[in-house]
Amino acid sequence: MSAPIVETRNLQVRFPLPTHFLSREKPVLHALSGVDVQITQGETFCVVGESGCGKTTLGRAIIGLNKPSGGEVYFKGQRIDQMDETTRKPIRRDMQMVFQNPYASLNPRRTVFDTLAEPINHLMPEKTKDEVRAQVEDVLAATGCDPSWQRRLPHEFSGGQRQRIAIARALVTNPAFIVADEPISALDVSIQAQILNLLADLQAERGLTYLFITHDLSVVQHFGTRVAVMYLGQVMELATAETIFADPKHPYTKLLLDAIPKLEGGSFERPRTPGELPDPVNPPPGCPFAPRCPLAAERCRTERPKLREISNSGSMAACHFAQ
Amino acid sequence: MPMLEVKDLHVAFPRGKKDWIEALRGVDLTLEKGERLGVVGESGAGKSMLAFAILNLIAEPGRVSNGSIALDGQNLLEMSERQIRKIRGNRVSMIFQDPMVTLNPVLSIGTQMIETLRAHRNISRRAAHKLCVQKLKQVAIPSAEGRMDAYPHELSGGLRQRVVIAIALLTDPEIIIADEPTTALDVTIQAEIMALILKLCRENDVALILITHDLGVVAEVTERLMIMYAGKCVETGRTRDMIAAPHHPYAAGLLKALPQNAKRGEKLYQIPGSMPPITNLPTGCPYHPRCPRASDICRASMPPLEGGVACFHPLEQSQEAPA
Amino acid sequence: MITWRALLKRFLSDPVAICAAVVLLALILMAVLAPVLAPQNPYDLMQLDIMDSEMPPSWQPGGDPRFLLGTDTQGRGVLSTIMYGTGISLLIGVGAVLLSGVLGITLGLIAGYKGGGIDAFLMRLADIQMSLSTLMIAIIALALFQAAFDANVYADYAIIMLIVIIGVAEWPKFARTVRSSVLGEKNKEYVDAARVIGLPARKVMWGHILPNTLTPVMVISTIQVAEAIMTEAALSFLGLGMPVDRPSLGSLIRSGFEFVFSGSTWITFYPALVLIALILALNLLGDWLRDVMNPKLRRGDD
Repeated sequence: MSAPIVETRNLQVRFPLPTHFLSREKPVLHALSGVDVQITQGETFCVVGESGCGKTTLGRAIIGLNKPSGGEVYFKGQRIDQMDETTRKPIRRDMQMVFQNPYASLNPRRTVFDTLAEPINHLMPEKTKDEVRAQVEDVLAATGCDPSWQRRLPHEFSGGQRQRIAIARALVTNPAFIVADEPISALDVSIQAQILNLLADLQAERGLTYLFITHDLSVVQHFGTRVAVMYLGQVMELATAETIFADPKHPYTKLLLDAIPKLEGGSFERPRTPGELPDPVNPPPGCPFAPRCPLAAERCRTERPKLREISNSGSMAACHFAQ
Repeated sequence: MPMLEVKDLHVAFPRGKKDWIEALRGVDLTLEKGERLGVVGESGAGKSMLAFAILNLIAEPGRVSNGSIALDGQNLLEMSERQIRKIRGNRVSMIFQDPMVTLNPVLSIGTQMIETLRAHRNISRRAAHKLCVQKLKQVAIPSAEGRMDAYPHELSGGLRQRVVIAIALLTDPEIIIADEPTTALDVTIQAEIMALILKLCRENDVALILITHDLGVVAEVTERLMIMYAGKCVETGRTRDMIAAPHHPYAAGLLKALPQNAKRGEKLYQIPGSMPPITNLPTGCPYHPRCPRASDICRASMPPLEGGVACFHPLEQSQEAPA
Repeated sequence: MITWRALLKRFLSDPVAICAAVVLLALILMAVLAPVLAPQNPYDLMQLDIMDSEMPPSWQPGGDPRFLLGTDTQGRGVLSTIMYGTGISLLIGVGAVLLSGVLGITLGLIAGYKGGGIDAFLMRLADIQMSLSTLMIAIIALALFQAAFDANVYADYAIIMLIVIIGVAEWPKFARTVRSSVLGEKNKEYVDAARVIGLPARKVMWGHILPNTLTPVMVISTIQVAEAIMTEAALSFLGLGMPVDRPSLGSLIRSGFEFVFSGSTWITFYPALVLIALILALNLLGDWLRDVMNPKLRRGDD
């Protein structure tokens, strides 16, 4: 395997919770507790999990929106999480982000042109006005936006059109790596396919690498190269998309796959017991999934399983009993 | 005679002084006792409007401008507010997407349940309390007795929605209308809630109108399906049959665009464009600008709903999807 | 967000808003064009004649056609002093709001965006400021100022002093409004998108967040102008505001107040009428703006 384009080593993010300034307790929310991923050039690395599992925090920590509390983030071999702004600036051109909600991700008071020109003006100050204009028009054409949209404001567009504009903004500096945080989950069903196809086309044309964050496993199955399943700030299973759907190793992955509604029916036939995410402020000492896990034994409640290679499968799973 | 029969339902909202905009443009619907019907559409298709209209809950200045809604032969639209209230929350219950629409944040779960029950039943407080605990147990809420004193914010999203379902079941309704009951929830929680709704409907012979945008959920839960587009029903029929062989090009397009129906690595089928807003509908069939089968007659006049399909050029059984 | 065209449409369909705007515009025009329109210049001692003092309005017996609304005790035409006085009142009102706006927006933006200790410090400062009444601060400051300098110096700097005192005293209202909308805006994804490209905090705050928080600022500005004019009028009425030879509406009301019981009601009555009209027009416009800008009260979306 070639050198990864993005790599995290033991990445941790903790959020201090607001308290009264006199209180002695300083509760901390553990959003990411030690995540190691290597993202290879040109792949679509999917992160799936339910709300509160830390998948969005992982994307934001890699792109630099959340400061890691521990661990390291590398981009093309350079450590970026502790870089100062001037050194990091050239790297920012290469890393961009597409957000979930196209109704909030575009500044409502800026025209499409202003929104698209800002990354170039800031990150590539050497560009002339004409070059900026040409670059904006190129990227609009590449994302299926009409050139006449440039002078208009975001509220004039539908959700799908706005998401195209948001993708255009992410691409305008010609990045190599894009974090896509639930880019289709706020869109209508008939629009989701349009945006997924656009992302796939752009990847093929420009050799992009995606970190694709989603809760929708059917999208992963279609779109993903490799998949990391997360639970309570940890990676539970890591494998190629084919493997994970054909032969899930971790009991949580199995639960997730079982929960997808299927067109053939039959998934909701037997009643399920309520399962809840453990409190991320006081995570259990052992495996976070143990309270919901059918396989859980005494060992799972005391000893946290490490992500390990499962023999003869190509999968990695953080489970004492997976095989 | 069906238990619930909606005929030619129109809902209109005023625009300006004289102009009216129709959000529902003639919808028919029937529901037998114990039957589960799915209503699918994109946002703005009018599916939630339909639910609100059935319960006579259309907010001012909108109004039902035409049609009839008959429950056991009685037209709900001709009833006084007092008579409607005897039906709403009693014979017909509703579950909303956001549990906090139903739950009052400043009252304990128990107080809310007991009040709801006593509003419809002449029953002592003690007996009501007992019945409420029983309902909470029925929706598999752990330590139901203790939860009666809990406040909504103390419960997780999944448990809150379970409480809402328990409230909806309190009066042993004949019909439950569920408007996107699991859209805000995670997949595993969605599976729990939908499995629960399915089980309860079957056990108590309750009819269900499930409003959602998720074809997978509909396929799992419902027996009959209705697909809406721009305020009209475009296709209705048995869920199994429609998912296996849709006739309307829109229904076929929606199904074909799902990632689970596409081969890995191939492009997804995409429906071009987006649904027109109800304020700006094209002439004729509202779907014709996006439809691969549209001809002159589609542009000129609206196809009637015949044999469950509102299309001049429906797909034949043998055909898999639109060209 | 609302477009200018939608705003205009809403405006034209609301008769109260139109009336308020017409009154306000008329008063502003009257004040701005006072040097051209006013029958005399009340500041020019050469034009004043003590023999003209306390004349009733022209339609009353003893009135003089030169002085439509009568004259005050110094022989100045009430109409002319109102025209000039409205200008001074407006100048102080707008000036004070500009000052408190600049202060409040800057501090509110910093408090909301930076959060933490800076936020806590600035907001406690605002709490302290708010717990002291504007009028009280102004009375103490102006009394000290009047005692420290002689009357001529005071007269020269009175306008600036009033603007500074009222402006500084009112900043917390702007700061709190801006801070609360910044808190709402700063977690939106467009702000994250700006941070992803490494835009410095200063540019994110002023370039991205500020324009999206200006709607409520517009609303309170209108109401604050009215409030500042009221404060100034109250101070002048107490003898701490504008000196008698450069009167604002408040000092005009005061100057005639002693003579109300001797029958010369016009000296107080007409300036008071104009002051009420001005304040009412501003408040009605402010309320209308708030209703239009509040998405919760608006039907449909845009």
